[in-house]
Amino acid sequence: MELLEKAKAGNKPSIARLISIVEEGTPESAAVLREIYLETGGARLIGVTGPPGSGKSTLTDKLVKACRNKGKTVGVIAVDPTSPFTGGAILGDRIRMSGIALDEGVFIRSMGTRGSLGGVSKATHNAIKVLDYAGFDYIFIETVGVGQSEIDIVKTADSVIVVSVPGLGDDVQASKAGILEIGDIFVVNKSDRDGAERVVIELAQMLDLNPNKDIGWKPPIIKTVASRGDGVDELNDKVNEHYDYLLESDEITERRKIRLANEVMEVLMKHAETYVHSRLEEEEFTSKKLDKILSRELNPYDVVDEILEKTFK
Amino acid sequence: MAKKVRILVAKPGLDGHDRGAKVVARAFRDAGYEVIYTGLRQSAEQITTAAIQEDVDVVAMSLLSGAHATLMPRVIKMLKEQGAGDKLVIGGGVIPEEDIPELKAAGVAEVFTPGTPLKTIIEYVNSKF
Amino acid sequence: MFDKAKIEEIKKGVADYNSKWEAAKAKAAEKGRKLERSERFVTGSGAEVKQLYTPADIAELDYSTDIGNPGEFPFVRNVQANGYRGRLWTMRQYAGFSTAEESNKRYRYLIESGSTGLSCAFDLPTQIGYDSDDPISEGEVGKVGVAIDSLADMEILFEGIDLGKVSTSMTINAPASVLLAFYIAAAEKKGVSPEQLTGTIQNDILKEYAARGTYIFPPAPSMRLITDIFGFCAENVPQWNTISISGYHIREAGSTAAQEVAFTLADGIAYVQAAIDTGLDVDAFAGRLSFFFNAHNDLLEEAAKFRAARRIWARTMKDRFKAKSERSMMFRVHTQTGGSTLTAQQPDNNIIRVTIQTLAAILGGTNSLHTNSKDEALALPTEDSVRVALRTQQIVAFESGVAETVDPLAGSYYVESLTNQIEAEALEYIAKIDEMGGADVAVEQGYIQREIQDSAYEYQKQVESGERIVVGVNKFQIKEAPPEGLLKIDLSVGVNQAKKLKEMKEGRDNNAVQAKLEALREAAKGSANLMPYILDASRVYCTEGEICNVLRAEFGEYTPLQSI
Repeated sequence: MELLEKAKAGNKPSIARLISIVEEGTPESAAVLREIYLETGGARLIGVTGPPGSGKSTLTDKLVKACRNKGKTVGVIAVDPTSPFTGGAILGDRIRMSGIALDEGVFIRSMGTRGSLGGVSKATHNAIKVLDYAGFDYIFIETVGVGQSEIDIVKTADSVIVVSVPGLGDDVQASKAGILEIGDIFVVNKSDRDGAERVVIELAQMLDLNPNKDIGWKPPIIKTVASRGDGVDELNDKVNEHYDYLLESDEITERRKIRLANEVMEVLMKHAETYVHSRLEEEEFTSKKLDKILSRELNPYDVVDEILEKTFK
Repeated sequence: MAKKVRILVAKPGLDGHDRGAKVVARAFRDAGYEVIYTGLRQSAEQITTAAIQEDVDVVAMSLLSGAHATLMPRVIKMLKEQGAGDKLVIGGGVIPEEDIPELKAAGVAEVFTPGTPLKTIIEYVNSKF
Repeated sequence: MFDKAKIEEIKKGVADYNSKWEAAKAKAAEKGRKLERSERFVTGSGAEVKQLYTPADIAELDYSTDIGNPGEFPFVRNVQANGYRGRLWTMRQYAGFSTAEESNKRYRYLIESGSTGLSCAFDLPTQIGYDSDDPISEGEVGKVGVAIDSLADMEILFEGIDLGKVSTSMTINAPASVLLAFYIAAAEKKGVSPEQLTGTIQNDILKEYAARGTYIFPPAPSMRLITDIFGFCAENVPQWNTISISGYHIREAGSTAAQEVAFTLADGIAYVQAAIDTGLDVDAFAGRLSFFFNAHNDLLEEAAKFRAARRIWARTMKDRFKAKSERSMMFRVHTQTGGSTLTAQQPDNNIIRVTIQTLAAILGGTNSLHTNSKDEALALPTEDSVRVALRTQQIVAFESGVAETVDPLAGSYYVESLTNQIEAEALEYIAKIDEMGGADVAVEQGYIQREIQDSAYEYQKQVESGERIVVGVNKFQIKEAPPEGLLKIDLSVGVNQAKKLKEMKEGRDNNAVQAKLEALREAAKGSANLMPYILDASRVYCTEGEICNVLRAEFGEYTPLQSI
């Protein structure tokens, strides 16, 4: 495939087009992924998650600059929610990354969650593979820290940065939806604002509740003012420290295994789902049986058993 | 499932009037598009880079400062030079009627002047995909 | 204002009136007929309008404490005790385009035609602190206003105009200190001292973040530059209005009338607080604060808006900031008719719109007014259309009769209700913004931007659906030939301006330039008032770009939040 060769050589339009292909999830997409998989695995993945307005794009902008100063190339994937009502989205994270947007060694891509169940993380992981294949040294994945699907996207990164900010509500946002469990590094951004210290204390208390807190990596809490660059060096040091820890403890292999297992499972489930759907349609199963379930002539559990037996025999 | 159409809504130049651009961005979102909004003060380089990396199908530029004659053709030229000349480029804002032929000759597919209904703009883009 | 028994009687009458109408409407509906041409009646800002207003709607209003006579607290009727019977409002036409030479010609023309104040429009590079030869300025030089790169251009701009007599308003924000310094230096060279200068700089950075977009520096150093100007002018340029806190652009960006009042006054509160925090006494600077409003087409709502703003500001200054001087409590306001209400279709209709808006501003009691020209939805105005715009003000002033008595709408049940309603909505917003930590925080979080955009989108959808009629745009359209004779700015303006700048730089004392820029850099690192340093740099012909670049290096640049 010509597109693949060009992408490998760093041609931006080709990389961009490949991402579109794998994001769409068409049959062509499967062929691309099959082709590139063996040449991926070289990139370091860093997840950044936090609520809207927490300044995570500005933080990402600064972290990317630090990578660039070391001569590393960087891909960024910024995920924003798609409207469940219209299927449309406004993706505006590039605005906050104007400092790196024109850098030849940086590639920024915005993605909508497009609402399909489980499909979000798959599309994102596929996009990551394209950037990985194209040779980027670092890949940042940025998501809004709400909803399970967004958490699924970042939690499989090598290092996960969870961003909180004072003044967005009474409770620490990080405690929502189990995001506390996935953070390797916690950041309290806009820490020059009132209430920053309270957020730090609350985070520390919650982390202290973890029964395994004394084993392995101890997630640090770092105060930053991203707009001024305050605390960014320290954050960057911690990200590197965490990576060293992953290598030394070989936890990185463990993490990547889990990630792959998830991915394989996702692909498998997707195929299974498609297969089941196609069979159901063939057999005109649904409508006929549904009527009977509705009139209480049949119960749904027996019907499912029957479907399973028929489809997977 | 139909392919998701992606559109870049950009404000080239120094002009800060973004009411129109933002209203158009929202309208495209509500019509089911994925809209990448660039924010203010974008150079031709920034718009081209964003259009390429985001692999958008449409580049929509809004200008009210009178700098359209310089900036819109420049974006189109750069897109072509960088191998992305296949994108649909449209323009909007305070653009005198007499400047439109020149913009079209430079590759701007359509120009929408003040008072154009959002529906007209969206239907135009819909018709291309 | 009425006795209780009377109000009860009126309320009963209104109830009867309403039930009769409801019954009639219901009866008509049964037969498939409608008695009203619309499901909902709303103001230009979308606020519900009732069929009937009576004394019952303003029963709580106390004339002496809530309205007061003109010139008396809370200044609802006018800050000027005799309204326009003494002096008419200042007719101030915003103008400026292309080069300093061309704009100078327009200014002289305006003064000859009876303008009583000048108002400078600058091009975008000037507004954002770039010189005309900066690559980023390409295509923008001289387009939306005049290009001013240094004191040299400022001298040409006011050639032959007596700066000791004319009052000059400059629409300049992020680099306001630089342009004010150029103006002071230009006056000095003509032998006019700073104490003699009268005029206004816009100098309102918060609405740049919220609505207008010509920001340079982040909020904290921007607020410092603003309070530096307050302090410097209090001592050296005492007749200068140091800020024009602007709702105009908030409204242009799509806000409602009540939001315009709320966000402008919230910005005002933030500036007053910032100045007090630097140690200034409230009465030392508050009397020099002025405001800038829009005037849209809903005549009565717009007039009420000004009245509501005067009441809120007076009470805020007195109760919240403990101002003692009455002058500190006065909401003095310049108005411009609504640019976004002008249509590119059938542009002659815009003359009528501007007339209604002029009436709204005058009935609202504005202190000065700019009227837009009919062709401004298409391009910069031509001389002919600028004349019609100015004549509109003169006809309202001398022929309409509305300027002969003070606040003629006072006591109208509807107008007083609207005034209360706008005040209540604005106060609710202000309380919410206070809770967030003030207008600076609310802007930084994108709250104000989102509120404005929601209103803008809502309005646009109403126009699209035909629920809201814009004559010539979604109803009563005609086939039109493309307009002719529009003002066009040649691209050569940029080239010439850059050439002129190069020559100026070769002719000046470049050692002095470097020394003054270094002195400014050092001062910016500390906390000294920067105005004297900027003025020193201006005197030796440092360019605006050079001065702003020094400050950019020290302060950084603002990056906006995504806020759709």
